[in-house]
Amino acid sequence: MREATTTTLSERLGAGGAAVREGTAADSVHGRVPRLVAAPPDTAAAAALLAAAHHHRLASVARGNGTAIGWGAPPLRCDLVVDTTALTGIEHAAGDLVVRAGAGTPLAELREHLARAGQRLTLDPLVPGGTVGGAVATGLSGPRRMAHGPLRDLVIGMTVVRADGVAASSGGRVVKNVAGYDLGKLHTGALGTLGLITSVTFRLHPVPPALRLVSAEAPDAAVLQEWTARVLRSAAVPAAVELRWPAGGPPRLEVLLEGSEGGIDARAAEVAALLTAPETADTPPPGWGALPGADRDTLLKITAPVANAAQAARDVRAAARAEHTEAAVGGSAGAGVLYAAVPAAADPAAVAGVVARARDALAGAGGSVTVARTAPGLAGADLDRWGPVGGLGLMRAVKDRFDPHRLLSPGRGPGGI
Amino acid sequence: MPEPLHTLLPRLRAICGEDGVITDTARRRTYESDGITYHAALPGVVVLPTSTAQVAAVLGLCAEHGVPFVPRGAGTGLSAGALPHTEGVLVVTSRMRSILEIDIANERAVVQPGVANLDITRAAAPHGYYYAPDPSSQQVCSVGGNIAENSGGAHCLKYGFTVNHVLGLEVVTPAGEVVRLGGKAADAPGYDLLGAFIGSEGTLGVATEITVRLMRAPQKVRTLLAAFETMDAGGAAVSAIIAAGVLPAAVEMMDALSIEAAEAAVACGYPSGAGAVLIVELDGPAADVDAQFEEVAALCRAEGAFEIRTASDAAERARIWKGRKSAFAAVGRISPAYIVQDGVVPRTALPEVLRRIAELSAESGIRVANVFHAGDGNLHPLVLFDDAEPGAPERAAEVSGAILDLCIEHGGSITGEHGVGVDKACHMPEMFTPADLETMDLFRGAFDPAGIANPEKLLPTPRLCGERPGVRKGVHPLVERGAAEQF
Ligand SMILES: Cc1cc2nc3c(=O)[nH]c(=O)nc-3n(C[C@H](O)[C@H](O)[C@H](O)COP(=O)(O)OP(=O)(O)OC[C@H]3O[C@@H](n4cnc5c(N)ncnc54)[C@H](O)[C@@H]3O)c2cc1C
Ligand SMILES: Cc1cc2nc3c(=O)[nH]c(=O)nc-3n(C[C@H](O)[C@H](O)[C@H](O)COP(=O)(O)OP(=O)(O)OC[C@H]3O[C@@H](n4cnc5c(N)ncnc54)[C@H](O)[C@@H]3O)c2cc1C
Repeated sequence: MREATTTTLSERLGAGGAAVREGTAADSVHGRVPRLVAAPPDTAAAAALLAAAHHHRLASVARGNGTAIGWGAPPLRCDLVVDTTALTGIEHAAGDLVVRAGAGTPLAELREHLARAGQRLTLDPLVPGGTVGGAVATGLSGPRRMAHGPLRDLVIGMTVVRADGVAASSGGRVVKNVAGYDLGKLHTGALGTLGLITSVTFRLHPVPPALRLVSAEAPDAAVLQEWTARVLRSAAVPAAVELRWPAGGPPRLEVLLEGSEGGIDARAAEVAALLTAPETADTPPPGWGALPGADRDTLLKITAPVANAAQAARDVRAAARAEHTEAAVGGSAGAGVLYAAVPAAADPAAVAGVVARARDALAGAGGSVTVARTAPGLAGADLDRWGPVGGLGLMRAVKDRFDPHRLLSPGRGPGGI
Repeated sequence: MPEPLHTLLPRLRAICGEDGVITDTARRRTYESDGITYHAALPGVVVLPTSTAQVAAVLGLCAEHGVPFVPRGAGTGLSAGALPHTEGVLVVTSRMRSILEIDIANERAVVQPGVANLDITRAAAPHGYYYAPDPSSQQVCSVGGNIAENSGGAHCLKYGFTVNHVLGLEVVTPAGEVVRLGGKAADAPGYDLLGAFIGSEGTLGVATEITVRLMRAPQKVRTLLAAFETMDAGGAAVSAIIAAGVLPAAVEMMDALSIEAAEAAVACGYPSGAGAVLIVELDGPAADVDAQFEEVAALCRAEGAFEIRTASDAAERARIWKGRKSAFAAVGRISPAYIVQDGVVPRTALPEVLRRIAELSAESGIRVANVFHAGDGNLHPLVLFDDAEPGAPERAAEVSGAILDLCIEHGGSITGEHGVGVDKACHMPEMFTPADLETMDLFRGAFDPAGIANPEKLLPTPRLCGERPGVRKGVHPLVERGAAEQF
């Protein structure tokens, strides 16, 4: 870092309009207290801010509402937290089923805004308090990914400020657009390591008038898998096929249906006929689709081909037992994307053991096990968070081009990028 | 043949076999252009590899000698993306045509890049599955070409584009390395290079194996044709359908001129006197489809449809689609030459943009037939002209370009599915700022630092586009202001 007093630095960082203050313990990221925190009000201010940070070689970490700031590896450096909460604004083109929102816009506010027009961004409000930018940067998708695809499929345009302070857009405001590279895909799930997202344009869907949740308890993983296959092969077209397998109890399959009032009961009956002792509700229970385990647990993300989803859940639970701990599992059986929570109290060696065993068990099927979030006590633990990553060399090349001085959340990305 | 290529020939033959390397001028000429024949160039040499290993060896050789390469699938592209490089290697995938696996339990198919799009559906259909992306060229275009163009079709409105249906790729990079991105499982760890590769138009490498999602065939499909007196009335019906929360599988629209052309070509028997015809297709669970179908018909009537035809079996559906599907070919019968344009506008801007196109047409005396994906605002104006008439091709090109300007003015895109290629590279600065383009170039450079993968496609180059105002020269503005450094 080039020498400059904190006051001079603050002035330079704020010259483009960002509000700058000193960092406090409350701003720490994985225990690293930033020297400064800056909140730019718009893309131009964000560009000037990052250009100045680049000039002084300050490492920055973007932060929305901080609900997932502990995801990924601890950044190697954190001189500046870029607080996005002033990057707000909603431009809703209701007739086109498109919305552009500032990165700091709370998802809840966006949801309310869209609901007034009978529309939605087809994401599930799982973790309260997230922002648009934070959700896109973590790139996680809830249960409804079955119906309209994962979050990245809903992003149609994005404006991002590069590490050197250059603001650039890709995509646009129309759903159908193949002009240029779709760089929005690259930033979705990149944990802020390739750029600061300042606004995102999404495609929207009308809120379906009717909803049913059909669920049943399965005796074991094999039956769960069989049910999943039957539901997928049926003509019911579920919006979500979730698996819930708490640490202490039997697994459940939960099938969400959305559609028109005229058709929904027939579809619900069709699904119910495929399960044993099904229950049908017309609203999901509170907390439906939430992550397994408790807030502070270590969270693993598991992907598997759909025919192996339930087996993968079983394998991870077995891996946990072999390490004398336990794992609650939940997620999309229908998409083959699950989360497993290992209790916060489990020691680092046990967690590493669960991950290694699960990877071994899953290797043949062609899935992955990554550590999405570590329990607070494990932040500094020596964990292989990513496992094998296909195309890592290309990912490094992309990072080198976008951020050659490694100033954006260094160390957070795949393979320690 | 240029010298560097000449020295490579023996090694190319060793890799692809004698019959896998084409040097003969007459045979090379068959690869001169893709679907838009007014861009043509003789490829330096054509290779026809049969495996990933062969592709990797060919690209490795190109990298070693700094020789450019251009991937080519079936050559149906409409943006000159597969336009050969006269001093380069054209890598054609037509011998890589195996469907490697139909995996119903996982709802996936694994194919080689030269497989025709429709062949996946043919292979999956006996199991009750299909491959959703359906460009009109689906009988012939290759899946590799679809990946490169992120192709769409009539059913994108509900089912999305190629990118929404590809889970895994095996790619040979411009350095000749084989890399796997994704696979049968979703959400591969790390950056979404898979998503960014799709739509990259052959500039990031060659896709050699492709894993796609298979979809369960819908329980029921119902199709409706509604005839309106004016395009505005048809457009209003589209808006009403979307506003009612119905998500049709397809919403297609044709104007009077394209109806006339289709009538002349295939006698599709569309209602006479129609100023606009709308085709709406619903699919999904039977109960849902039936409920929504009545609603859609009522909305069309309320917006002034004077005739509505419905189809519930395959034969009736085919009859309704016949005119629409033959429209492109049909204009060939009413005009000696034509340009197929591909631009997008926000759907709500359709009425205004169509009116402006009509004005452009009246002013220039160039007829424009409109047939398009109304649900997502993707226009395919057919710009008709007589290539024997002096000045007509130029005027047609002008009208065609002016239509793109209209799209950009209304917040749309210069291409919805055909891609940028060579044809539209010089329009990119109208849609994107220098910084946007520079960022795209940074990304490209990560894959292809030597610039040998399909050079001069997708991004504007000074050589192709001249000194365009949008293309940056000299010091970056941020650097000049002292706000950034150049790296
Ligand atoms: C399985 C799962 C599914 C989920 N599905 C949904 C869902 O469907 N709907 C939903 O609303 N939420 C969902 N969430 C929650 C959501 O992913 C995040 O918790 C939340 O949106 C993060 O927002 P935040 O503002 O608190 O981000 P923060 O916690 O502040 O930041 C999270 C990460 O993003 C980076 N970041 C933040 N802002 C930016 C930016 N502007 N540019 C670049 N990087 C940035 C940060 O550096 C950090 O790495 C899901 C969570 C999980 C675990
Ligand atoms: C009558 C007609 C109708 C059409 N309708 C549609 C439509 O409805 N929707 C639509 O989207 N398009 C349509 N198209 C355009 C065209 O068919 C598509 O763009 C198609 O995807 C091109 O496939 P191809 O195999 O012919 O590719 P080519 O034309 O051979 O190549 C296209 C591009 O892909 C690259 N490429 C090819 N193979 C590979 C590979 N394996 N790896 C990397 N790059 C590769 C080439 O370099 C080039 O840039 C239509 C074309 C015609 C002629």
